[in-house]
Amino acid sequence: MADTVVPTRTELFTGYLKIGLFGFGGVAAWARRVIVEERRWLTEREYAEVLGLGQVLPGPNVGNAAVMIGRRFHGLPGALLATAGIYCAPLLILIALCLLYDRYGQLPAVAPAMAGIAAAAAGMVIGTAIKMVVKLKLAPEAVGILSLAAFAAAWLRLPLPVIVLALAPISIAASLWRAGLLLRDEAAR
Amino acid sequence: MTLLLQILLTFGILSLVAVGGANAVLPEMHRQLVELRGWLDDATFAQLYALAQAAPGPNILVASVMGWRIGSWGGMAMATLGMLLPAAVLAWGVAGLTHRLRGAPWLKPAQGGLVPVAVGLLLAAGLVMAEASSQFGLLPLVIVVISTVFVWRTSYSPLWVLAGGGVLGLLLLR
Repeated sequence: MADTVVPTRTELFTGYLKIGLFGFGGVAAWARRVIVEERRWLTEREYAEVLGLGQVLPGPNVGNAAVMIGRRFHGLPGALLATAGIYCAPLLILIALCLLYDRYGQLPAVAPAMAGIAAAAAGMVIGTAIKMVVKLKLAPEAVGILSLAAFAAAWLRLPLPVIVLALAPISIAASLWRAGLLLRDEAAR
Repeated sequence: MTLLLQILLTFGILSLVAVGGANAVLPEMHRQLVELRGWLDDATFAQLYALAQAAPGPNILVASVMGWRIGSWGGMAMATLGMLLPAAVLAWGVAGLTHRLRGAPWLKPAQGGLVPVAVGLLLAAGLVMAEASSQFGLLPLVIVVISTVFVWRTSYSPLWVLAGGGVLGLLLLR
């Protein structure tokens, strides 16, 4: 059992500042890295559960998770600090980019270095997903649903709300069944 | 209705249909901003999207850039607020609800049921990014594989592979 640490308000802000600033292409990967591995605010499973809720709610999953994690540790100030932390650095950089765009009228062609960073970021997201699958020790039917979700989104390119609406109820039912709260109960009686 | 208020409302509604985040809401954003309201043309929309991709952080901030183009800095503030606030309020409410229900025996398993969907969609996001980077040839795919193994098998900071990817791209791509 990995022991977890309760962050102070300042740590909550600086942790999310790092997630926002380094979150190139894959904020979710950096969020997991900082929250689970580096600072140990949550266990692998706790983080996955918060991210799961953040995913089915509208809005960015990591932003939703920031509100929920901030609230969990420090109530409203926590939610505000985590949210401010994740958005403030990227917003400042965006404002600078907008000023450059205004001045020069167009963007410079994508530099080769950026293409290399984007490829590394893609690998980082894939590696994070694999790491989570391994550490979460999912049940076989959960692995099946996971693969189906990935296939539907990456190959079939189905809209994400459709995938979430179709798979979330099935997945929740399977999880309740696994916990003995669905059907099995009646059989036991 | 003033332009700023219209921007706030438009993005506020987009925020509530954005299940799956920025990429999921992009088609609807295009429909609202380009087709329905005529605030932006196709080319500008695409360029602003690329501009937002160049910044780090949650890519929902693509809304901020669109708002800026439509209504200058006030537009950026309204679009950001509209995009973030309704979703954040909803997340806050749901967090409170799960806290209140924490004793219920079905809550943990039900929440656990969302985990495979979230991780599956994370994996898909990585695969889509990898495919997008393959337009630059074979080298990016090699970088993807190295980075995947590095992040999966080691606990060193991913900054190393991001920096390595940048250097390799600079030296070998083009």
